[in-house]
Amino acid sequence: MMVENKELKIEKIKNGTVIDHIPSGLGLKVLKILHIDEDIKTSVFLGIHVPSKKMGFKDILKIENRYLAPKEIAKISLIAPMATVNKIKDYEIAEKYNVPPPKEVIGIVKCSNPNCVTNLNEPVVTEFKVISTEPLRIKCSYCEREMEGKDIIHNII
Amino acid sequence: MLKGKDIVSIKDFSEKEIFEIFEVAKEMVQYAKGKGTDILKGKILATLFFEPSTRTRFSFETAMLRLGGGVLSFSDPKSTSLSKGETLADTIRMMDSYADVIVIRHSYEGAARLASKFADHPVINAGDGAGQHPTQTLLDLFTIHNNFGTLKNLKIGLLGDLKYGRTVHSLAIALSNFGSKLYLISPKSLEMPDHIMREIQEKQKPIVTNNIFDVIGELDVLYVTRIQKERFPDATEYMKIAGSYRVDLALLEKAKRELIIMHPLPRVDEIAPEVDNTPHAKYFEQAFNGVPIRMAILSMVLGVR
Repeated sequence: MMVENKELKIEKIKNGTVIDHIPSGLGLKVLKILHIDEDIKTSVFLGIHVPSKKMGFKDILKIENRYLAPKEIAKISLIAPMATVNKIKDYEIAEKYNVPPPKEVIGIVKCSNPNCVTNLNEPVVTEFKVISTEPLRIKCSYCEREMEGKDIIHNII
Repeated sequence: MLKGKDIVSIKDFSEKEIFEIFEVAKEMVQYAKGKGTDILKGKILATLFFEPSTRTRFSFETAMLRLGGGVLSFSDPKSTSLSKGETLADTIRMMDSYADVIVIRHSYEGAARLASKFADHPVINAGDGAGQHPTQTLLDLFTIHNNFGTLKNLKIGLLGDLKYGRTVHSLAIALSNFGSKLYLISPKSLEMPDHIMREIQEKQKPIVTNNIFDVIGELDVLYVTRIQKERFPDATEYMKIAGSYRVDLALLEKAKRELIIMHPLPRVDEIAPEVDNTPHAKYFEQAFNGVPIRMAILSMVLGVR
């Protein structure tokens, strides 16, 4: 019961997207990768450190009048592979899905190796192979540097 | 079989392909020693060395010339349009339209992979920053194979700077794939980096030590690398460490008779000159092997072999 009460602290949205089960503390990062900043023209609600039956604590993000592009979902999967995305239409969940673990990571993460050729001014997009999903470990297809955890999160473009 | 293939990383080769290269390289030894041939007549190799190199560049150029082909190169990267701000991608596209095969060395990791995406002709990586140098790895493996007839079940010590030494990283991974036992011998501050250790440990548990005297008696191969002065905060520390990793006759008294000593060169003082005259010393043979190996690769990617 307590959990439900706390969740009600965040307003329901009419249309838009709810990203649930974001690991506690990473909600702000999700805002950042979705480029939600001072120019925002719609209502956004972020719950940080919200009690959760499944996760202990979680972050939850509600964005009004916006649906996510596949590339945005791919970015979220890098930092919150256990997140669920709900498409809300007229206050109801129209569609609900888990963020699929990435198979490859193209053009959404910068290589953390400062000496990687992709960090030069060359006409290429970054490309990583996924080595493992739990925990997520990726490898640059150019310099072969492996990245994981915070290293990936800090380098999302 | 390698026709048209880019040679970027040793991991791009199967075991079978590596042995095929060795077979062709063995045939090439006679030509590397001066017997004339013109199997690559009319073909042009462009060597793009954005970083200085002596052995690698000369051995590629020798290999091409001895096979009857021609070579295009620049003497100083500052003289190229890259210094005017041209992208590497554009430089590669241009050279690709002049030459049949491109060899590249660059200070940035991944540069050869990038070049291979922009060139239609085969690109051969001659070293990309701290990354890969596959023809060096092949000639190292070839030298070991020539001496023992196998790459399996050998006890191979890698000595010196295992942290920054580019050649030891891909060699270590290749050798563990072939099933040889690795001994990683280095000062604490120059141990094998974690990401290479992870790959090795997928195949075996290597022996890690900082004392060469403890393991010298077990080894079939001792691969020595240079410990660079600039890796140490002060000269005294460097002298102390470098001194304890020096290979000399006193150390070799404890070695097996069949032990071979290798070194990618240039050597400074990590191998005493008197070791050169012992049957253990194979580093000049190893340097020579660069030519037949590169002849094999050039003729194979150009589809002549």
